[in-house]
Amino acid sequence: MSAVAEGPSSADGQSRLTKINEAVIRIAGNSQDGIQAIGGFLARLAGRSEQEVMTFMTIPSTISGGPSIFQVRIGSGDVLSAGDEADMLLAFYQHSYEGHINSVKLGGIVLYDSDHVTPKPEWLERYRHVGVAISSKTVEAIGGTGRDKGKNIFSLGLLARIYDLDVEKITKLLGERFGGKDATILQNAVTCFNAGHSHQLQDLLKTYQFRHAEVRGGQQVVMNGNEALAFGLIAAGVRFGAGYPITPWSDIMELLRRELPKYGGTFVQCEDEIASISMAIGASWGGRVAVTGSSGPGISLKTEALGWASMAEMPLIIVDVQRGGPSTGMPTNVEQSDLNIACFGGHGDSPRVVLAPSGVEDCFYTAIEAVNIARKYSTPVLILTDQGIASRIEAFIEPDLRKVCQDITPDLSPVPDHKPYDLTAPDGVTRHLAPGTRIASGKYPVVTGLEHDELGHPTGSPKLHVAMTAKRRNKLRKLASDLPVPAVYGPSEGQILLVGWGSTYGPMREAVDTFRSLGDAVSCINLKYVNPLPGGLDEIFKGFRHVFVVELNDEGVYGYGQLGAVLRARHCDPKIRGITKVDGLTWKVKEIVDRVRAAVGGAPVKA
Amino acid sequence: MSELKFPFTPLPRTGGTVTSDPVPPLADSDRKPLTKKEISADHPTWCPGCGDFSVLALYFKLIERRKMWHEKVTTVAGIGCSSRFPYFVQAHGAHFIHGRALPFASGVSLSRPDLHVFVFGGDGDAFSIGGNHFSHTARKNIKMTYVVMDNFVYGLTKKQTSPTSPIGFKSKTDIWGSLDRPINPLKQAIAAGATFVARTTHTNPNHVLEMMEAAMDHDGFSYIECLSECVEFYPGAFDASNPRKGGKFDLVPKEHDVTDEYAAYRLADTAWPGCFGIFYRNPRPTKNANEAKIIEEHRSKVSGLADWEILQKSFARMK
Ligand SMILES: Cc1ncc(C[n+]2csc(CCOP(=O)(O)OP(=O)(O)O)c2C)c(N)n1
Ligand code: SF4
Ligand SMILES: [Mg+2]
Repeated sequence: MSAVAEGPSSADGQSRLTKINEAVIRIAGNSQDGIQAIGGFLARLAGRSEQEVMTFMTIPSTISGGPSIFQVRIGSGDVLSAGDEADMLLAFYQHSYEGHINSVKLGGIVLYDSDHVTPKPEWLERYRHVGVAISSKTVEAIGGTGRDKGKNIFSLGLLARIYDLDVEKITKLLGERFGGKDATILQNAVTCFNAGHSHQLQDLLKTYQFRHAEVRGGQQVVMNGNEALAFGLIAAGVRFGAGYPITPWSDIMELLRRELPKYGGTFVQCEDEIASISMAIGASWGGRVAVTGSSGPGISLKTEALGWASMAEMPLIIVDVQRGGPSTGMPTNVEQSDLNIACFGGHGDSPRVVLAPSGVEDCFYTAIEAVNIARKYSTPVLILTDQGIASRIEAFIEPDLRKVCQDITPDLSPVPDHKPYDLTAPDGVTRHLAPGTRIASGKYPVVTGLEHDELGHPTGSPKLHVAMTAKRRNKLRKLASDLPVPAVYGPSEGQILLVGWGSTYGPMREAVDTFRSLGDAVSCINLKYVNPLPGGLDEIFKGFRHVFVVELNDEGVYGYGQLGAVLRARHCDPKIRGITKVDGLTWKVKEIVDRVRAAVGGAPVKA
Repeated sequence: MSELKFPFTPLPRTGGTVTSDPVPPLADSDRKPLTKKEISADHPTWCPGCGDFSVLALYFKLIERRKMWHEKVTTVAGIGCSSRFPYFVQAHGAHFIHGRALPFASGVSLSRPDLHVFVFGGDGDAFSIGGNHFSHTARKNIKMTYVVMDNFVYGLTKKQTSPTSPIGFKSKTDIWGSLDRPINPLKQAIAAGATFVARTTHTNPNHVLEMMEAAMDHDGFSYIECLSECVEFYPGAFDASNPRKGGKFDLVPKEHDVTDEYAAYRLADTAWPGCFGIFYRNPRPTKNANEAKIIEEHRSKVSGLADWEILQKSFARMK
């Protein structure tokens, strides 16, 4: 909590109001306590108050019970990561208290449920402890049924008091969330909230107030990365999808299943991931780019059919919400270890496009770009997101939906003649006609996984294999030349360049800010277009003494992460090195800063 | 952020040297049924005498007789000798990967109700690598016609045991004779929930055509088990069902009730060479229809709204 100015003491002289720019609040309990709900309320409230917000949560891979946390960072300025250290810990149990106290800033607040938590004397001096009998007060508030089910909402009331949150807006949110057939549910929620809000926090001397955020152009929407991605696909015109459930991908398929019928579309739950990709490819051939997706093991299952899409040059969207691997791995943890399978997975030379959104908002727009690239270059496109982006909630300016929603209904009007795999096509790009299209010449194409001639008929000709392989590769070269050169964040010359992709972007950018604030010459770039890579990187690298590729995967046998190895191979530049980790958590800013310092052996990184 | 580097662009219809000049419309009433010449593409690569030839010839007949047009017919297959089918048909075709033709075809069927979807393949493709898909496509009752050209052997890979090879069949992978109990495709289909199950053999062309017509007219997943001899690796496999080779071709008994699942199952157990005809035909709503109903219900709630307005309503709840 970066307290920048002390406000005047409040009238009763008891609690003083402090203006703050941002706060990181970590809520720790068990998964059934509804702590995600409190986090969600805070995030949406921030969104409605034009504040930036980012959340971070872990849920246990088992469904019942088990520790769970939700961290929310609310700020009046840019919020790029979920925050390294918490200003406040709300702990429901002893295990939440003991397990998470380390994540609190020295001097930070520990708000604990005194019904379940006994503070440790050795920590009393280091953190400000505020005990509230949350469980029993909740039971008392809703009339003694003996159940503490509303304690999350009671706690929300406490937080609203401490952070001077807009009670009117929260009450409205409660109404939207709990207003329904059974009026007592909403009534109970409001009662719990009011009880928390009016609770006298004797031991807390200060309350806080967020500074006003800059007014942004447009209203904010608040959602997680999976939602943004799924809605982006809908905006892009995707109307068919097929999938098989697996965490964290399932949310996307559930959302599409629910939403697509409104747009005249369908999502099919298949018997497995192979059927899913096959069905999506069939629908794509039907004329409209379709989507499939998965996480972890499911992606492995899709690779044979992905190779077919590459060979047949079929537009297709494959979403990979990465999680810890290999195998069942760490199903609810974040990792960026699918870059290799995304770019290269499968047998044979099978070019495909890989895009990596860097945050929730980017998920929405990346989905649209992916569809347009798939159509334009007639190619499968993988969207590599990860568990971190998938589950975190961000607020962003509502897209101009009228402008971005597109109609990709296939044109079935007849053509005189057609050769899908025309070798003379500009930039080697294939054009498929959807079945249903009459071809006046009477010559119809076949889409195939065998090496083929221009009409798609099989060939064993080495010459054609050479030509067609080049065709499939060259169109990606063309795409590469259409890609924007990544913008350098910070000066384009300096000591150190950090290179990141996907969810690493936010903390990496904050790390650059940290370095810069200390006078260190560190900049960064984010690679959203992972395969093919954009041009202009050599030029960018030239401006720096060190290039560190920061990613969430293992350093591998040769000492580089997965993107690091690709960049080494492509640029043959020994100054490219890797900074990697696989602890299942998103990068903390401090981790990046410390690892970079260690990598240069404590040498000065000033300009 | 909201700047799209790759915004929507209208795409050229065809690539390269091929022009995309407008083509005048052609009313169905002005069209003549397609001839064999018009509907055949590559010359089949099958061994001379392969049973698959007659299945192809009868598919052409079907297209001609039922006045289907090139552009409306989709021919989908996996991998195998039999699965090379799409190359030989002058129509939109897809030659997909081994065992996965059914989910591919499902994607076509569910997203393009205006097309005829025919799937051809072998016994390995259908019941070994694609076994799981067979069950699920059948139970979902996705509208398409599936013809398995069953030769009791792996033809393309040159004589390995197939899931329908009889016990004792000597193949390269069972040099002492196959040990594993073969699948009975008809029982498999019935148990999985297929709504149309028939059996025919390549040596009786009229019967093949009759079954194809009935299958195509069935609203749902229609399955035809077609014995199709591999003269190269399992010659004589079906002589017992061929009167010209001294065998007998028995039809499904007249009194058989095609809507009786148990009777169909029992009939499928008739001793070799069994009987031929429709074993089971009992329509129930297709997945195509069920999904269409859901869509209709949802569309009626947003009628009059453009897609972006529907999305806007969803976003309004996320503010
Ligand atoms: C994933 C995969 N595994 C194995 C093969 C090799 N393969 C091609 S066809 C085939 C079996 C074909 O048998 P069947 O489906 O009965 O067709 P037939 O050739 O007899 O008509 C096999 C094993 C393949 N193409 N793909
Ligand atoms: S190997 Fe057998 S199945 Fe294949 S084409 Fe020859 S005869 Fe037909
Ligand atoms: Mg076979």
